[in-house]
Amino acid sequence: MKNSKISISNLSRQGGFFHLANDNMIKTIGVATLLCLVCSIIVSGAATILKSQQVANKLLDKKKNILMVAGINDDSKTVAELFTQIEPRIVNMSSGKFTDTLNVDLFDQRKAANDAQYRVKLDKAQDIASIGAISKYGNVYLVRDGEAVSKIILPISGYGLWSTMYGFIALESDARTVSGITFYEHGETPGLGGEIDNKKWQASWDGKKVVDLQGKPVLSLVKGGVTQNTPDAEYKVDGLAGATLTSNGVSNLIKFWMGEDAFGPYLERVRSATSQVSVVTSINSEKG
Amino acid sequence: MPSEARKALFEPLVANNPVALQILGICSALAVTTQLSASLIMCLALISVTAFSNLFISLVRHHIPSSIRIIVQMTIIASLVIVVDQVLKAYAYGVSKQLAVFVGLIITNCIVMGRAEAYAMKNGPWNSFLDGIGNGLGYSLILIIVASVRELFGSGSLLGYQILTPVADGGWYVPNGLMLLAPSAFIIIGLTIWAIRALYPEQVEKADFEMQNAHNTAPLGNAGGAH
Repeated sequence: MKNSKISISNLSRQGGFFHLANDNMIKTIGVATLLCLVCSIIVSGAATILKSQQVANKLLDKKKNILMVAGINDDSKTVAELFTQIEPRIVNMSSGKFTDTLNVDLFDQRKAANDAQYRVKLDKAQDIASIGAISKYGNVYLVRDGEAVSKIILPISGYGLWSTMYGFIALESDARTVSGITFYEHGETPGLGGEIDNKKWQASWDGKKVVDLQGKPVLSLVKGGVTQNTPDAEYKVDGLAGATLTSNGVSNLIKFWMGEDAFGPYLERVRSATSQVSVVTSINSEKG
Repeated sequence: MPSEARKALFEPLVANNPVALQILGICSALAVTTQLSASLIMCLALISVTAFSNLFISLVRHHIPSSIRIIVQMTIIASLVIVVDQVLKAYAYGVSKQLAVFVGLIITNCIVMGRAEAYAMKNGPWNSFLDGIGNGLGYSLILIIVASVRELFGSGSLLGYQILTPVADGGWYVPNGLMLLAPSAFIIIGLTIWAIRALYPEQVEKADFEMQNAHNTAPLGNAGGAH
């Protein structure tokens, strides 16, 4: 014990560690440890310092995606200015009603899914999109045309081949017809599953119906092309070539988020409300 | 500038190009060259990683135990790549999304490791730094050539500015879809290597074996056939 103490103190006094032969065991382990320490400090330092900027970028990107899927673009205005046209709301998933108890600017259903307060675990039969749990409350973004809601934008997510894909889907005021879809974060294979970013493919979603007349989610991606003549073409979207698992993932996430465990109750309310309105107006017009 | 430093900086541009002569870093040259702007960012990222990894490795080169030297190099390179990736995410979010995994894959770019092992382990920090910049520039040169050709003929634009108006937008140009696919990068790199070697014939490698002249061209059976 005594000897080793002396030799270590000698070592440090001469700065001796760096004078050891390079293939010495102590030196090898020492160099490895020191290197790991320095590198990890640099890496974690960079991550911490740049975090706020990165978070701001992500938020801006999310807003941009919401605007894009809503079809609002105007190069002369900033994202923040344009975003004033969007009305963010929070909806209770199970009842389908809006709630005002939460802060719309801060609440994020993606984060809330990991928060014990809001987390609802999904069992295997429910969890077709393989996301494990969802939040009790969901974010909804409304675009208004005067008084009436013209578009409903919903956040969607689900597992593809490698990663969870996050995106938005925009529905027309009838809560059935797709008016746009976009994905803002995913880790699918570039060129294959990564083609979910492809604008042309995303455009092919326009006018498709997410639910059938009974309100059951039916929209899915199919292999081969979908043309005007395909039976039930309005419920089918072209699958991605060479990316069957990503395509299945997209089909499943649409089924899930439009279904009764997610936005289904809310969309059902919107649908029944609009059909009542149209019934009322048709009665009125008959009278008139 | 001393001749050694000048050599380290300028030789990799054409005379000892990492892509064209050393045939390193081909993978990313295929992947990120469909658009010039993405390629330029990739070039900057690679130049900074190669330069600084060379610098740091050269600084500690006398203390790197040879038994773990590859791991040490990898750790330094990987840390630098993560820092570059973080900086891109903070200040060039759009590009970092576009480059996606390829920034992370700089770690596996053979140029970085290759220069660390071949140059930085044996030379001083300043020259190693210049060697890193030089090799990064050499890589960039090829990348810019490949990306310009691919973007111009594949999408009819350069840096996003439309130059040849495609038919879809009412112009006359029919975009060449092959240019957007990876094989076209192989073809362009091949042609570039051909051009460089036509200018610098000393780069032409000696054939591994030579075809022997047939010494018996007479029809078989005439001369007994022993070769």
